[in-house]
Amino acid sequence: MADEKKIKVPETQEGTVVYNLDPLIIKYHYEIDYIHSYAQDTPFFAGLAAGKLMGSRCPKCGYTYATPRAHCMHCGGKTEWVELPKEGTVHTWTTCYFGSEAFLPETPFTLIMVEFKGANTLFLSRLIGVEPGKAKIGMKVKAKFLRNSKFSPTDVYFVPA
Amino acid sequence: MRDVYVVSGGITKFSKASPDKDFRYMVKEAFDYAMNDVPKLTLDDIDGSVASYFSDHFTRQLMAGIMVQDYLGLCPKPSRRIESGGATGGMCFQSAWEAIASGRMDVCVAFGFETMSRVNTWKGNEFIALASDTNFDYPVGGFYTGYYAMMVQRHMHEFGTTVEQMAAVSVKNHGNALNNPYSQYPAKLTIKDVRNSEMVADPLTRLDVCVMSDGAAAVILASEEMAKKLTNKPVKVIGVGTGTDAMRLADRPHGDVILLPHEKKSDYKNLKYPGVHSFRGGRTAAKQAYEMAGIKDPRKEIDFVELHDAFTSSEIQTYEDIGLCKYGEGGKYVESGAADLDGAVPVNPTGGLLACGHPVGATGLMQAVFALWQLQGTIKKHFGNDKLQVKNAKRGLIHSHAGTGTYITVSVLERGF
Ligand SMILES: [Zn+2]
Repeated sequence: MADEKKIKVPETQEGTVVYNLDPLIIKYHYEIDYIHSYAQDTPFFAGLAAGKLMGSRCPKCGYTYATPRAHCMHCGGKTEWVELPKEGTVHTWTTCYFGSEAFLPETPFTLIMVEFKGANTLFLSRLIGVEPGKAKIGMKVKAKFLRNSKFSPTDVYFVPA
Repeated sequence: MRDVYVVSGGITKFSKASPDKDFRYMVKEAFDYAMNDVPKLTLDDIDGSVASYFSDHFTRQLMAGIMVQDYLGLCPKPSRRIESGGATGGMCFQSAWEAIASGRMDVCVAFGFETMSRVNTWKGNEFIALASDTNFDYPVGGFYTGYYAMMVQRHMHEFGTTVEQMAAVSVKNHGNALNNPYSQYPAKLTIKDVRNSEMVADPLTRLDVCVMSDGAAAVILASEEMAKKLTNKPVKVIGVGTGTDAMRLADRPHGDVILLPHEKKSDYKNLKYPGVHSFRGGRTAAKQAYEMAGIKDPRKEIDFVELHDAFTSSEIQTYEDIGLCKYGEGGKYVESGAADLDGAVPVNPTGGLLACGHPVGATGLMQAVFALWQLQGTIKKHFGNDKLQVKNAKRGLIHSHAGTGTYITVSVLERGF
């Protein structure tokens, strides 16, 4: 028989953050790294690194998507990749003075939906170089790309044209 | 398909944080309230349930639905979980309706909850924003108030809607809630108060946006036979409809308006629809529900509406989707007082999400509970005062809405006695 006193969980110095005793409220930490695949959207993100804005076009019905998708929403056909123009106009906008926790440090930032000639749908991006609250629907804007790509949709952003 | 009735409901008082009760306890409280209102109903009579909660992130618990099921003493009966973002509650209600209508169940409980206080407000906004395309939308600055702000900017551009008209929604709904003891944020406000509160995302201020909440709600639905046995004040579900739209705002088409029975094509000559200014899913849901209920003109055939006003702008957009006025006239509609408690069709007479709070999974069921009490004429019994009782309410509409209009439900309820 082993010495009973020696059978025990070792004590550690790690404590628990307690906010309140009754009800007992503690801090519970949670964090995760995903192994995220861009899968069929990959050419869009690769395009950003090459300074290109890639959309998709349905060869069957001709519908052109400024935000790409591998299959057409209207006829179900497989789409093909097309390069979008680097200039467009602001379809709508907002300036965010607050945001999700991840983006709070970046506030205020201006979001726009961009219209492109020849495309049936829009593209969500950030507008830089315009005072908060001062964007306008119909404004001409042009795409700029980060030199050091992060393979995120924010690798492209827009400035007044 | 069989007729379906709502026989009882209960909700907890919505609050910023209820750390003294977890999700099970909160649902139990709402469920017991509903059970007490129909004393003839026993646990044995209940055939099953549908659970409504939006986010596993907020609960920090997967499969929370079954934990509620066992807490309520309903195991081993059937149950399932419904999740459809902000419309989860409305969808749960319709799922329970389906269980009865199909003949699978005679009595079904729809219960829902959300415990949003378990993370800080900005983390909560992050969780909610994860309900947008995580490849293309979320990383650009995922923030739902921002998405709705862009939608209403376009609404203002197309139709001339003003920020004062949006503020009028906030004033109305917060004001109505002064007499609703379940509401989280009753307040007597002015248009100026709304415009002077902090800007969140142009043009939406803090008082244009609902708050995060802890809360639960439960609704009991039954077949005609069981309903008549359980209560002398049953409320009949006479129409249900559900619509959807693309998750990405960018993908919304610019086509023709879907017309309601009282509209004609010439009403909308140059309007590209829905674009980002209107909710095609809401219109689709309303159209189906009206067809099923035999409603030809909602302006004349509905006595009150409880709709999903997570933002003042979406209340204005929804007036139009459900045909209380034409597209483009929503701003003027609220300005005219038509949506007031004593207006043509009171909208959110109990305060809506803006003032009651928005514990996501409970919200759509809260609307069903309030609509039930309105149609039963029992607001006084449940609120302790009858100031919000819509006089002679015979027919009410409830409307639940998810992420920029991706899932929308409309259900029409009618006094059944
Ligand atoms: Zn196609």
